[in-house]
Amino acid sequence: MIIQALAFYLFAAVAVASGVMVISARNPVHSVLFLILAFFNSAGLFILIGAEFLAMILVVVYVGAVAVLFLFVVMMLDINFAEMREGFLQYLPIGALIGIILAAELILVFGSWVVSPEAAQVLTAPALPAGDLTNTHALGNIIYTEYIYLFQSAGLVLLVAMIGAIVLTLRHRPDVRRQKISDQVERKREDVIEIRDIPTGSGV
Amino acid sequence: MDIVSDIAVIRPELFVAIAGMVMLMFGAFRGESSTKFIYWLGVGVLVVAGVLVLAGPTGTSLAFNAQFVVDDFAVFVKVLLLIGAALALILAMPFNLREGIDQFEFPILIIFAVLGMMMMVSANDLMSLYLGIELQSLSLYVVAAIRRDTLRSSEAGLKYFVLGALSSGILLYGMSLVYGFAGTTNFEGLATLFAADSEASIGVVVGLVFIAAGLAFKVSAVPFHMWTPDVYEGAPTPVTAFFAVAPKIAAMALFVRVMLEPFGALVLEWQQVIWFISLASMLLGSFAAIVQTNIKRLMAYSSIGHMGFVLVGLAAGSEEGVTGILVYLTIYLFMNIGTFACILAMRRGGRMVEDIDSLAGLSKTNPMLAGALALFMFSMAGIPPLGGFFAKLFVFRAAINAELYVLAVVGLLTSVVGAFYYLRIIKVMYFDEAAEPFDKGLGREITVLVTVTVIVTTFFFIGLAPVLSGAEAAAAVLFAV
Repeated sequence: MIIQALAFYLFAAVAVASGVMVISARNPVHSVLFLILAFFNSAGLFILIGAEFLAMILVVVYVGAVAVLFLFVVMMLDINFAEMREGFLQYLPIGALIGIILAAELILVFGSWVVSPEAAQVLTAPALPAGDLTNTHALGNIIYTEYIYLFQSAGLVLLVAMIGAIVLTLRHRPDVRRQKISDQVERKREDVIEIRDIPTGSGV
Repeated sequence: MDIVSDIAVIRPELFVAIAGMVMLMFGAFRGESSTKFIYWLGVGVLVVAGVLVLAGPTGTSLAFNAQFVVDDFAVFVKVLLLIGAALALILAMPFNLREGIDQFEFPILIIFAVLGMMMMVSANDLMSLYLGIELQSLSLYVVAAIRRDTLRSSEAGLKYFVLGALSSGILLYGMSLVYGFAGTTNFEGLATLFAADSEASIGVVVGLVFIAAGLAFKVSAVPFHMWTPDVYEGAPTPVTAFFAVAPKIAAMALFVRVMLEPFGALVLEWQQVIWFISLASMLLGSFAAIVQTNIKRLMAYSSIGHMGFVLVGLAAGSEEGVTGILVYLTIYLFMNIGTFACILAMRRGGRMVEDIDSLAGLSKTNPMLAGALALFMFSMAGIPPLGGFFAKLFVFRAAINAELYVLAVVGLLTSVVGAFYYLRIIKVMYFDEAAEPFDKGLGREITVLVTVTVIVTTFFFIGLAPVLSGAEAAAAVLFAV
């Protein structure tokens, strides 16, 4: 138990600290690296509550894809971060005010939080899988059966995203010479080389 | 609950999805030369889907663990939005081919947007609701920016995308709060839980307000309307025509279903929210439209105002109110398609013009077009015996019967203000010094569409009885429980 509690406080403290560093680091690349640290610590927190699938997904998707994409964008775009920070003090009061209001609302909502007493009767799937099923196994059991409609719909959303990306970015440039490998392979010696007898001293 | 019976329920959606993918393959292999054919294929797919919707199972049937529902309400709305999308697609074809928007993906994206809308209308679960909204919105973002070489179209797409993503986030946050309370996302499950509890907990109320805010963004009700004028102005005109019709109908139907089915027991909690956004939309829609000089921006504010009128029916929270909403949406569909067909005819020297002033003296240069546009404006203002009058009549009657007198009075007053700017267009067309005439030759599609919508708007009172009985049957489903 004590080890679990220690691990919790370690992960939680590092996650919060790196969250603060994300917005206060001067160098945007450092911000992204701190973001990755925050993701890893959140994954650790997930493991502590027994949600190992979520933890792995967090690392694979957020660290592996999203954060790396962030890094690419930060490095490749020429954004002047010092200039973007110029209005910081000017907007600080109103930002802080909105933050405080939001925090107060959140405390209000979660302070009086109740779960419906009848909730257990309407649960679609058990929150904790029976037996020694892993999270992944339990999810796999329902995602392709009970939730097939949602799964396929999500697939369609991704298809539309792909079409959209192609429609908005792909340009056909007629003046670019492209390599056609099949043409190159099919090219025969007779088509391109001609052998002629040239009399000595007369030229072509 | 076997897969075969599920598929029988979901047949129209399945058809549209597969047809969309087939069209995509066709376009990818045949290239840009097949664009025109794919447009007609898209119209055909929408027509067949409409037939499948009508031929589907009668009564209420659930599928996929009650994540998907087909009932009279869903059928009514789906037929409406399929008609709207098909008309908008026909309207878009000549314009797009002429203006060089020749990507074959355009009709395919419209088809997928329609699929998302059908899923929204049939959603019976917060998760299927969200996926339907995302499928629809993602297609619409791309379509708004389809003219990627012009700054305004790209700006419209980006603005719509960023604000749309924000609203999706708000919607999801609300859903997670509701789920945290109830432990289920299913509409029936939620309805039984809320009916059982005497008092709604604060977490659920916050979640409900967040969900309402997310949905209000999709119907562009005040105060979540900011994106509408910019997107309407920036997007290509046929895209605007589509935006003004099909997504609005689908989002409004979803709004009605979500408020009345899962949260039906919490009517006192959400009624004041709807009351406020309805009032604000009517006021802003009428007053902000007065100063507009661009006709597309004017139509954007007009649609905000119309959504305010429709929300009056929802605020009533009664069967009569929902009937009024469905009748309103039916008329709104034809009025808007007709008006946008007229706007598409506004070309001078091969270029689109969008200023209201350029309509000056249209009655002399093109009396037919001027007459049609005048008729639509009269109908939007709600002058009897045109369609727009009946639309307002039914929602206001529902509001009076639900004792929402403030809404009804404000609604009538803002209708008068709205009449001012609709009549101003007529005044410009009939009484101002004639400007240069528009280009001749509207094209067959626009002529046919204007004729059809003029007939529907003018003689709506003849077909009122069947529409009304259909709407009543559809509305009764939501109150059956």
